[in-house]
Amino acid sequence: MIALAFWLFATLTVASAVMVISARNTVHSVLFLIFCFFNAAGLFVLLGAEFLAMILVVVYVGAVAVLFLFVVMMLDIDFTELRQGFLRYLPVGIVVGVVLCVEIVFVFKTWILNPDMATVAAAVTPPLDQISNTQALGSLIYTHYVYAFQASGLILLVAMIGAIMLTHRARVGVRKQTISTQVARKREDAVTVVKVPTGEGI
Amino acid sequence: MPLLLPDFTPALPEIFLACAAMALLMLGVFQGEKSAKEVSWLSVAALVIAGALVASRGMERRTGLEDMFIVDGFSMFMKLFVIAGASIALIAAIRFNAREKTERFEFPILILLATTGMMMMISANDLISLYLGLELQSLSLYILTSYNRDDVRSTEAGLKYFVLGAVSSGMLLYGSSMVYGFAGTTSFTSLAEIFGSTDSGSIGIIIGIVFISAGLAFKVSAVPFHMWTPDVYEGAPSQVTSFLSVAPKIAAMALFTRILYDPFGHLVGEWRQIIATISLLSMAVGALGAISQRNFKRLMAYISIGHMGYALAAFAAGTEDGVRGVLIYMAMYVFMVGGTFAIILCMRRDGKAVERIDDLAGLARTQPALAVALAIFMFSMAGIPPLAGFWSKFYVFYAAINANLYTLAILGMVISVVGAFYYIRIVKIMFFDEPAGAFDTPLGAELAGVIFVTALATVLFGIFPSPIISGAEAAAASFFAG
Repeated sequence: MIALAFWLFATLTVASAVMVISARNTVHSVLFLIFCFFNAAGLFVLLGAEFLAMILVVVYVGAVAVLFLFVVMMLDIDFTELRQGFLRYLPVGIVVGVVLCVEIVFVFKTWILNPDMATVAAAVTPPLDQISNTQALGSLIYTHYVYAFQASGLILLVAMIGAIMLTHRARVGVRKQTISTQVARKREDAVTVVKVPTGEGI
Repeated sequence: MPLLLPDFTPALPEIFLACAAMALLMLGVFQGEKSAKEVSWLSVAALVIAGALVASRGMERRTGLEDMFIVDGFSMFMKLFVIAGASIALIAAIRFNAREKTERFEFPILILLATTGMMMMISANDLISLYLGLELQSLSLYILTSYNRDDVRSTEAGLKYFVLGAVSSGMLLYGSSMVYGFAGTTSFTSLAEIFGSTDSGSIGIIIGIVFISAGLAFKVSAVPFHMWTPDVYEGAPSQVTSFLSVAPKIAAMALFTRILYDPFGHLVGEWRQIIATISLLSMAVGALGAISQRNFKRLMAYISIGHMGYALAAFAAGTEDGVRGVLIYMAMYVFMVGGTFAIILCMRRDGKAVERIDDLAGLARTQPALAVALAIFMFSMAGIPPLAGFWSKFYVFYAAINANLYTLAILGMVISVVGAFYYIRIVKIMFFDEPAGAFDTPLGAELAGVIFVTALATVLFGIFPSPIISGAEAAAASFFAG
């Protein structure tokens, strides 16, 4: 049963990944990307990494892929035009790819693993039958890797400052809602009672 | 499961600086743009306090935060000069920003965060902390480069820097993953043990080291990864370039030294030829590229490429002398380049910033003090005794010769003679050409102060180099003590 599920998820992941780069319509590409993420999440569940599977769906599908979708729909880019040189550059691309592949084969053929690999591992994974995935990850991130965790937070802060600094500009002539002014407004500021003599008007 | 927090005391200066940056960010946000000057001066104060915290720690080698962070004499020395470089750039930028009407409170905040990143790089003792420090620094620098967002050149420079920087980070990560794939650990301490016991690295490790070196060579702008430097230096606003050219270079050089000497120290035979080659190429491209430059900032880009070549020549030695040479070189570099950029920030005529070399013509007759200061920096960078730059070159070649790198040392000296041409040409333009008109006065107390202090340091460390040399010696010794 698990084998069947694995082959199903794996085939669909690869197939949808191929569709991401070959689909003509970019919106379809992004939708295939989302489908690919879902199948990858399925593979994680099969591995017993349920937390990673949920994170993949929440972060990548929920935020990143939807953001992609917006960008693709908002920007008017003619991707077929961008792909025009494809056939012309294909031979060069294949040559470079083959050379790289051969190099990688040479590197990994002579690959030696460090014999003491198991003993030097920095953070020992807690036994999975005693605590859940989420708890194990949490206790590592907030103790052993607290430095890396905080540093990543600082990097995100810099990204936020940068995004605001480079794009935010104070515009003139915008009517903003200021609640305090609205609340502080008294009846006298807004309405006056005028005594109107009958039949004359103001 | 007990919750045990790791020992964070070695990282106290970094924690302080990060908290100060966040507090000042709040101050800036609540007070609006008018608080820019206040935030700038408070940032300088924060840098000074962080420097005091670094200095108070002493030279003892200590690791903390679960072995991801290390402090020793080497890190103390490098951090103090990073802080000095950042403070010089920040103080010089205050008046420049006020004149150019580009005052924004984010500027000092980003400089503080970038400095935090640099200090984290210097103290990295793990491939993960290395990468995080590097990214914190680089991301702040990308944003600062496109600081003048309405200027096409500034945004173009920012985009170029960002794209190429991302590629170099990718190479660094690929190399790190190779190393991790072999060793099964990212900690420098464990890596040093593993490589100390094996006879030689496998081909995979060497490829990993090559990729890591390529990523770091990009950050120190060593040839052949220097292409971005002239464009980014020229395009970035001058006050940013003056920061970009000093502090990040020191931090990247410190990180480069740490990773190749500490975990990969036993593989020195494998990486020495790579470093020697990029050192020689950097010296040559820096010297030859600088000859034809007309723009002062572009010239400074090639000059800094050349300087990195010299520092790498000491680095290629792979010995304690080599580390000392790198330390002395980077220390002297702060004053020479920081001071030169403060002078570039003074180059304004009729209320507009000018940056061509020809604009300096006849400066000796219109503003003699400025001309003398620039002449001091130029002669020092050319390596003419008795100025600071002479000692930095002396200890670089001393280390290279002691490590039997004769070809590198001899070619380096020949190239430094070529380099003297464009340094002395600037002096000739200032002292013997017809005046092109005075620069706007007054310069401002901040800029004048920075120029005076850096020029004085260049002269004094030339005549009495012993404080820097003995400091560098102690720092290098503590680097090898662990």
